[in-house]
Amino acid sequence: MMRTGAKIGIAVAAIAVVAVAAVALLRPKMLPIPAGGARAVNATTQVIDRGEYLARAGDCVACHTQPNGAEFAGGRAMPTPFGALYVPNITPDDETGIGRWTADEFYRMMHTGISRSGALLYPAMPFASYTKVTRADSDAIYAYLMSVPPVKLANRPHELRFPFNNRDLLLGWRTLYFKEGEYVPDPAQSAQWNRGAYLVQGLGHCAMCHTAVNALGGSSESKAFEGGMIPNQNWYAPSLTSNREAGLGNWDIKDITALLQVGVSHRGTVYGPMAEVVFNSLQYLSDEDVEAMAVYLKALPQRDAEPPPTSQARLVAPAVMETGRKVYERQCAICHGDEGRGHTPDYPPLAGNQSITMASPVNSIRMVLNGGYPPGTRKNPRPHGMPPFSHILNDDEVAAVVTYIRVAWENSGTPVSPAQANELRKLLPE
Amino acid sequence: MTRLGSDVARCTRLVLVLVALFSAPANAQNDAIPAFQKIDSMEARVQGCVTCHGQSGQGTGNGYFPRIAGKPAGYLYNQLVAFRDGARKYPPMNYLVAYLPDPYLREIAEHFAKQRPAYAPNEATPVDPATLARGQALATRGDGNAGVPPCIACHGAGLTGMEPGIPGLVGLRPAYIVAQLTRWRVGDRHAAEPDCMKRIATRLSDADIAAVAAWLSRQPAPANASPESANLTRMPLACGSQR
Repeated sequence: MMRTGAKIGIAVAAIAVVAVAAVALLRPKMLPIPAGGARAVNATTQVIDRGEYLARAGDCVACHTQPNGAEFAGGRAMPTPFGALYVPNITPDDETGIGRWTADEFYRMMHTGISRSGALLYPAMPFASYTKVTRADSDAIYAYLMSVPPVKLANRPHELRFPFNNRDLLLGWRTLYFKEGEYVPDPAQSAQWNRGAYLVQGLGHCAMCHTAVNALGGSSESKAFEGGMIPNQNWYAPSLTSNREAGLGNWDIKDITALLQVGVSHRGTVYGPMAEVVFNSLQYLSDEDVEAMAVYLKALPQRDAEPPPTSQARLVAPAVMETGRKVYERQCAICHGDEGRGHTPDYPPLAGNQSITMASPVNSIRMVLNGGYPPGTRKNPRPHGMPPFSHILNDDEVAAVVTYIRVAWENSGTPVSPAQANELRKLLPE
Repeated sequence: MTRLGSDVARCTRLVLVLVALFSAPANAQNDAIPAFQKIDSMEARVQGCVTCHGQSGQGTGNGYFPRIAGKPAGYLYNQLVAFRDGARKYPPMNYLVAYLPDPYLREIAEHFAKQRPAYAPNEATPVDPATLARGQALATRGDGNAGVPPCIACHGAGLTGMEPGIPGLVGLRPAYIVAQLTRWRVGDRHAAEPDCMKRIATRLSDADIAAVAAWLSRQPAPANASPESANLTRMPLACGSQR
């Protein structure tokens, strides 16, 4: 005969078994696991994670990594109009990298463009933009860079021509073109706009390409985001302040965010150097941050005073127009559509596409000659691409088809000449 | 153009493309024109390749652009990655694939590895019988004194390559073969270490390279275009791409 105590013991044991089973079954709900996995996120991890994210926003890897080389180990040649710069090693190697730098020294470099040694940095390092980065964000990037594997790779001396090899000359450049100072939020604007402005003007260093560079390698603040040729790359970085170029004033926010983060949109597709920016940097930014950038970019003041010009088709010789139309029908229409509307977002529209009609035809000619794939991104990992036509179309045909897409369908571009096509044909694709 | 007109134009183009695709041997110029049935397909996604490599990877009229159809997927993938990362240098290719992720390059490689288009007619370049004989000897018997194994030892008895990393040689044209062997010899092209092709190319003279390219480019289309299975035979030299 079982004693009461034993009965209670069995009952307790049974309840315990049921409870354990219940815990096991319900575990994911009862014990919420922090987003991003079971890892305990301590303060150090949080700072390094944040630094990694910000380093992506600054696209450090694009310049500080050699093709096929160790990440952040530098050595990459950066051709400039003044000679070649060799990008330094920013891994935390004590002898050849930034292993002995302090957070203070790192911030001074980001904020003032002065290296640990006291040397003035060449403005290929976008410190004129990075000066806007907050101390906290600079410290997070520093913490992240200290956490990556150190790589022993000595910095290669720059090969700049006289007189540009004299860093003292940079004092003059800095006086003209460098204004030190962290980003100051505009209280008249929303928090979202300010976040976008901080990213675009600071880590995004968009002005490096989208503001024209003059003969001294400087960009004038009064011409901010007005576009210009990118030195040594022979791509035209369109103006962000003109709706006739890459101005986004009449774009939907969702199309701007798609262009920046996905690489393709219903209005256009990134290509050339911007494909690199999306691939290495923008695709990794959060939806919130990309949307903030879009809000800021859309709100940039537009400088188009006069109404857009009407179609220039009447200026084009009928024979050229006919050649262009024939080439278009045969080679282009299957993707870009008979009426130039594209099959968005996979194949961009050409009708009403500012990238086609903007004053500089360089990018359109280069795309026809060399083709191109948009970047494969997290939201568009298998992009559609365009083949090269340089070996199929002669200069007359390239000029005719680019002229055609610039003036057909009420597009307001201007005709291009075979000589322009010929000049760009001589360049290597890059 | 009206909607109806544009539909008619599209249908006409489709018919023309289909006619071009199914007439054998296909007209190389038409094969270089972009064409596909459905936008969300690999066929549409690889249109970036077709003006040089042809709709099915069969090659085009230009002698430098190689046939890529039916080459082992592992080989094609290695080349795409090398072009993207700059380890293999050819600016038009380096530029095109610069920002494409590994899984997508693998998918592109597998797409072309599966294609079995007809072979283009051989290029009839003039060559003297002695050169051709030397080429045949190198390709089928090798040169024991120079330490050069025969091509067929690794590239397959039918010269259709070997899984996973050795390309087929049949259907390639002399300009392309000469260029690749020369670039290997001068250290401009490499494969995974140990780089067996480097060892071979550095043992060949200019005349050898011209001879073997002339003989290879004259070989008829194989009955079975598929590469041989992996490592059924012992390879005369260790090759990193077969590991």
